[in-house]
Amino acid sequence: MKFAVMINEGPYTHQSSDTAYQFTKAALNQGHEIFRVFFYHDGVNNGTRFTAPPQDDRHLVNRWSELGQEHNIDLVVCVAAAQRRGIIDEEEAKRHGKDGNNIAPGFRISGLGQLIEAGIQADKLIVFGD
Amino acid sequence: MSDPVVKKFMYINRRAPYGTIYAVEGLEVVLIGAAFEQDVCMAFVDDGVYQLKKNQDTSELEIKNFSPAYRALGDYDVNRLYVERESLEARGLGAEDLMELTYEDEDDDWAEKPSVKIVDREELANLIAEQDVILNF
Repeated sequence: MKFAVMINEGPYTHQSSDTAYQFTKAALNQGHEIFRVFFYHDGVNNGTRFTAPPQDDRHLVNRWSELGQEHNIDLVVCVAAAQRRGIIDEEEAKRHGKDGNNIAPGFRISGLGQLIEAGIQADKLIVFGD
Repeated sequence: MSDPVVKKFMYINRRAPYGTIYAVEGLEVVLIGAAFEQDVCMAFVDDGVYQLKKNQDTSELEIKNFSPAYRALGDYDVNRLYVERESLEARGLGAEDLMELTYEDEDDDWAEKPSVKIVDREELANLIAEQDVILNF
């Protein structure tokens, strides 16, 4: 089956990102395809490499980065939601005159059309949020 | 190149328009999604029915009143807005408290028709069961 995943909450405050991560990993292990993981609302906060949780806790951002790179998953952060919340890549930093960027490896910033396309192309779009 | 796949999309709105960002960011998805020419409808349940309340005034909140944007939905061919009757009644609201949202029906000589339809919970459950993609905010 071809799945798409949507994550609507940030890391740690909500369990959504953890559950979505476990789901994605399990789906891949069973031979399913992940068309895309789309981060929306506070979910965009899963895509900043500046996250630094205590060492005895899971590092959610690194988990996504590693899973994404290992399985070549398209990790997409919504641009409009990201701009509101200070998640920014090099190109966006230039465009908005910011002095740095914080997007984590393996993530890319793009538009909401990527979410709709995921809904159309995947067999199932699974939403993780409150 | 247009995509030949047409799926049934339903956007379910469960939350009040202000207090959290879900309603306004949900509406952004609907407006962007309209460009994909899918079979789209919206549902309003629980506090989500407040999103369609007429005469919203957010001036003292110092938060933008985004409710005029719902009026654009008809122009984007999003013209089936289902509001759950039980949710309205539980909040002391009726059809007369909601914005009068309309669209022009191209199959009926562009006649102006209402976009909002009040349905009961059972009817809404049946509509939900028909969908291919459900996004809820």
